[in-house]
Amino acid sequence: MAVATKRKPRTKTDQGPPPEAEVSAEKMLEFYRSMLLIRRFEEKAGQMYGMGLIGGFCHLYIGEEAVVTGAMAAIEPGDTIVTAYRDHGHMLSTGMDPKGVMAELTGRRTGYSKGKGGSMHMFSRERNFFGGHGIVGAQVPIGTGIAFAHRYRDNGRVSLTFLGDGAMNQGQVYESLNMAALWKLPVVYIIENNRYGMGTSVSRSSASPNLFGRGAPFGIPGYQLDGMNVLAVMAAVEDAVEHARSGKGPFILEMLTYRYRGHSMSDPAKYRSKDEVSRMRQEHDPIDQLRKRIIDGNVADEARLKTIDNEVKAVITEAADFAQQSPEPDPAELWTEIYGEVGEARV
Amino acid sequence: MPALSPTMTEGKLAKWHKKVGDAVKAGDILAEIETDKATMEFEAVDEGALAEILVPEGTEHVAVNAPIARIAGDGESASPKPAPQAKAPAAPPSAPTVPAAPAIQHEAAPPPPVVAVAQETEWTGPSTTMTVREALRDAMAEEMRRDPDVFLMGEEVAEYQGAYKVSQGLLEEFGERRVIDTPISEHGFTGLGIGAAMAGLRPIVEFMTWNFAMQAMDQIINSAAKTRYMSGGQMHCPIVFRGPNGAAARVAAQHSQEYASWYAHVPGLKVIAPFTAADHKGLLKSAIRDPSPVIFLENELVYGQAFPVPAEGDWLVPIGRARIARPGEHVTITAYSQMVHVALNAAASLEAEGISAEVIDLRTIRPLDVDTIIASVEKTNRFVSVEEGWPFAGIGSELMATVMERAFDFLDAPPVRVSSKDVPMPYAANLERLTLPQAEDVVAAVKSVMYR
Repeated sequence: MAVATKRKPRTKTDQGPPPEAEVSAEKMLEFYRSMLLIRRFEEKAGQMYGMGLIGGFCHLYIGEEAVVTGAMAAIEPGDTIVTAYRDHGHMLSTGMDPKGVMAELTGRRTGYSKGKGGSMHMFSRERNFFGGHGIVGAQVPIGTGIAFAHRYRDNGRVSLTFLGDGAMNQGQVYESLNMAALWKLPVVYIIENNRYGMGTSVSRSSASPNLFGRGAPFGIPGYQLDGMNVLAVMAAVEDAVEHARSGKGPFILEMLTYRYRGHSMSDPAKYRSKDEVSRMRQEHDPIDQLRKRIIDGNVADEARLKTIDNEVKAVITEAADFAQQSPEPDPAELWTEIYGEVGEARV
Repeated sequence: MPALSPTMTEGKLAKWHKKVGDAVKAGDILAEIETDKATMEFEAVDEGALAEILVPEGTEHVAVNAPIARIAGDGESASPKPAPQAKAPAAPPSAPTVPAAPAIQHEAAPPPPVVAVAQETEWTGPSTTMTVREALRDAMAEEMRRDPDVFLMGEEVAEYQGAYKVSQGLLEEFGERRVIDTPISEHGFTGLGIGAAMAGLRPIVEFMTWNFAMQAMDQIINSAAKTRYMSGGQMHCPIVFRGPNGAAARVAAQHSQEYASWYAHVPGLKVIAPFTAADHKGLLKSAIRDPSPVIFLENELVYGQAFPVPAEGDWLVPIGRARIARPGEHVTITAYSQMVHVALNAAASLEAEGISAEVIDLRTIRPLDVDTIIASVEKTNRFVSVEEGWPFAGIGSELMATVMERAFDFLDAPPVRVSSKDVPMPYAANLERLTLPQAEDVVAAVKSVMYR
């Protein structure tokens, strides 16, 4: 059984990923539960999409759960998160209520954006979750600006800015890296490299597949790591966050991960083989890997995990019911929240 | 006096670096010239000796092209002429003047025009005269003193003191934490400002000109304008985007574009385009305090114009309210930004012909003060819209539709739009003038709705 220890702080940040985090039994079970919650939530969302209960675009995070789960374990209260449109997992990881997230997917008034945002546009002030952005790469300068605000206020917080491998070919990403390095902003860029930007593989879209290395010309350190191993992710994000919080500026982490489902719901899946997908599922699944370590390391027994499975299932069922039973937005909601009122409370 | 910028008509001879009798080589710094944008060193292009200084240092309002000194070449007398300086400009043709004449022929510039404006009706206190440039600077400085979350960022806003000198002195007062020079990365720093606003700060983002903001269009519209709505009110984006808009002078197609209708199309944005210094100051202060993203369109040609501005108190002009710039009876003319000047000139010449035109300075494009426009049209029964932008789907189109919807029965003639011609801005001086709305175009439009 793993024991919680305080790792020795490393003096250099450019020597590759640190050894994986050593965490308590409770923490391991918490990871298991968190990743399973995302998996089951996304499976349910896919099912409800098929039933016509969810519309539009719906990007599922299945296969990538370890990235956000490990990252959230590495930050402190007050640190902020922003991501693109594959965002359900991030919301659940920050502690946002699955009922409110699912109700937003079904376009109901009880959703986080009152039914006006949908899958790609959800936010939570309370959980410091800044969205939910639908344009590839647009969240990167925004996350950099949130880091700017942290530094302006000297509040000791760090901005975690998630982006995909596809976003790494957007110009505004490099404008952001330049300013973040120039002004030593407390931001950690986490590249969720799931190998495909929509249907185009990294090797077919990127002249240099070394994505984390693209910070080097700006003097931004970074490295690549196994994004399917939640403990490796946690250790690396702790490392990067410490770097950013201490005033040394931005850091880039490239998480090698994999998306089992299509880019969105209507994906012809012609760009990769079924074998590739099933091999990743069988050999690298982040939840199976952790489950095996829990059982093999006698952290908990099958019965305990079964209990967690059932608890998660109940949460998802409750969220799905809530999302279907909640009423649609009041038609009057169409005209609200376009402009603010002068003198309104600041957020 | 050399022309050192596209819009310069005059300058101040701040300092001479050479004195009479000094040898001058090409490349030597002769003098420091202060323009409305910057203080620049001016180099000699000819060799010889400085024979005569025609304009002493400290002289202000020296017209572009006025000779400021005479350099004697080989074989010429370098000694100063004894002639009195009263009739200075005619330098001997054999002696090259400093500098070589620039291509643009400006008329001798008068001192900054003081344009009489109708003050905000509620203002009865004392006024002071200041330029639009100073009014903008004062608005930012006052709001930055008032609110520690307000900061200014943009290209050349800090050490350079603003590409158009608008942020002069702000770095000195507020320091580099709050007055921030950005790299030339419009897309990136616009998004960065939006992120900072979402996190609770109140950024002022200066675009060197609005032409460059097209690089950042996605962030302005998709991120700034829509965030409040699509977050169900949870996320706010209190940010001001400001800078010069529209044509300056002779900068051609890619640098001469008027963006009011582009941004006014977008729910979630407020769009302001003032004319007077008082309105620039009062509306910019209101914009900085506004919790929504605001597009603040200025005009380079107006920066140097001086107007009366309230001299005390916290001068705020409400967003969304038009101003009757000139009351009249026979026809309603709407305009905004620099075009108010054009409309007022047209109204003055129409008056000589017995036509009393009411000129409405829209000031805010979105939300539009429809009531003021309709009340005027109901009185005059005739309507002409003036804008610097293109006609197709322009502000005039929107105004026309609004007048048709709201005051159709009051109209005695079909309304007419005056706008820029439907072409990219040409460079040649005559073509540029043909492209932009002129007072005579407005006069012709008014006569057509008057059937005269």
